[in-house]
Amino acid sequence: MIRASILGGSGYGGGELLRLLLAHPEVTVSAISSRSLAGKPVTRAHPNLRGATDLRFCDPDEVTGCDLLFLALPHGEASSQWDSLSSRAERFIDMSADFRLDDPEIYSQHYGPHKRPDLLPTFTYGLAEVNREEIRTSTRVSTGGCNATVSILALLPLYEADVVHRDRTVIDVKVGSSEAGAQSNEGSHHPVRSGVVRPYKATGHRHTAEIEAVLGRSGAARVHLSVSAIDMVRGAAALSHVFLSERLTEKDIWKILRSRYADEPFVRLVSERSGPYRLPEPKLLAGTNFCDIGFELDAASERLVVVSAIDNLVRGSAGQAIQAMNIMMGWDERTGLGFPGLHPI
Amino acid sequence: MSVAVATECPVCAGMVGVPGDAMMGELLDCDECGSELEVTQLTPAIEVREAPMSAEDWGE
Repeated sequence: MIRASILGGSGYGGGELLRLLLAHPEVTVSAISSRSLAGKPVTRAHPNLRGATDLRFCDPDEVTGCDLLFLALPHGEASSQWDSLSSRAERFIDMSADFRLDDPEIYSQHYGPHKRPDLLPTFTYGLAEVNREEIRTSTRVSTGGCNATVSILALLPLYEADVVHRDRTVIDVKVGSSEAGAQSNEGSHHPVRSGVVRPYKATGHRHTAEIEAVLGRSGAARVHLSVSAIDMVRGAAALSHVFLSERLTEKDIWKILRSRYADEPFVRLVSERSGPYRLPEPKLLAGTNFCDIGFELDAASERLVVVSAIDNLVRGSAGQAIQAMNIMMGWDERTGLGFPGLHPI
Repeated sequence: MSVAVATECPVCAGMVGVPGDAMMGELLDCDECGSELEVTQLTPAIEVREAPMSAEDWGE
């Protein structure tokens, strides 16, 4: 049994992390902080946990002396506060974008100058399907972004198999409102937000760098990412349009995906010919750590459309962090992540 | 009881278990891709094809 704490626990990612940790058989949550809610019950921010815990938020300075510290802080905070954080735990899992990229120049292009570029090489990118062995021996992990996760998992097998034109990938992601965080703004006001199909980042999304960094491990990678906010609370669904560099059949695509993911506990191949859920559907994944992946091959061209879906708060954040923790600690990586989802929902 | 055999799914190339006492026209499901398959040949080797599907209108 280890003692884990959460720094910045009042947001949606922190709340999902707490929900998963409270049910984890190997973890005791020793502290969870919120500067604005210090002293208040955690159920003030996370009412779904009523009866599950009597924890109260504490001041961030009171989070000390744990085995593993989860950092669920806004982007930029973990790196700027690192000197005061580094002695508080033996292991760290950061859920922000601060340490996802290896290259400070590329980080700077998307997020502005990095406050501690010297730390970038000390963190391991936390997507298990990409970095399982590195995570196993790491004490500092940075989880992937939600839009990046749903895109990378869809495209990784095809880039590794080198069967696509590596500069012609277009990714169209639809996301729910929870991806914007727990703070409301003019754009999230219900009469404004309800019913929208809002292309909030048609070009230049920051997760582009992360996707290209991971896919680029097997060769050049240039992707074009567009993200739209739709009328959904949880979920991220991606249509990734790739153009095949050689003629392949549906069977060939199945073989590529199956050979890459056959042993992955949280990737499911979903591409059926009939029924209402033929291809990945984010609403079936709410609360789960699965990434569902399917495809359609355009018979009239060399275009392959890979369809992928996740729960942005679980697979795209807290669940990915729990999976990484399980790997770091040498536990079965499925521990605490067994929820299969709801239907109907 | 006849021994089950496996054959390749014509849709996804996954392996599909076929009961040893399968009959011509019997419908099977591929566990990999969910396709419904029809047994079209028993000897000398089992063969299956994707079963005809009723058309669905998805509003196109």
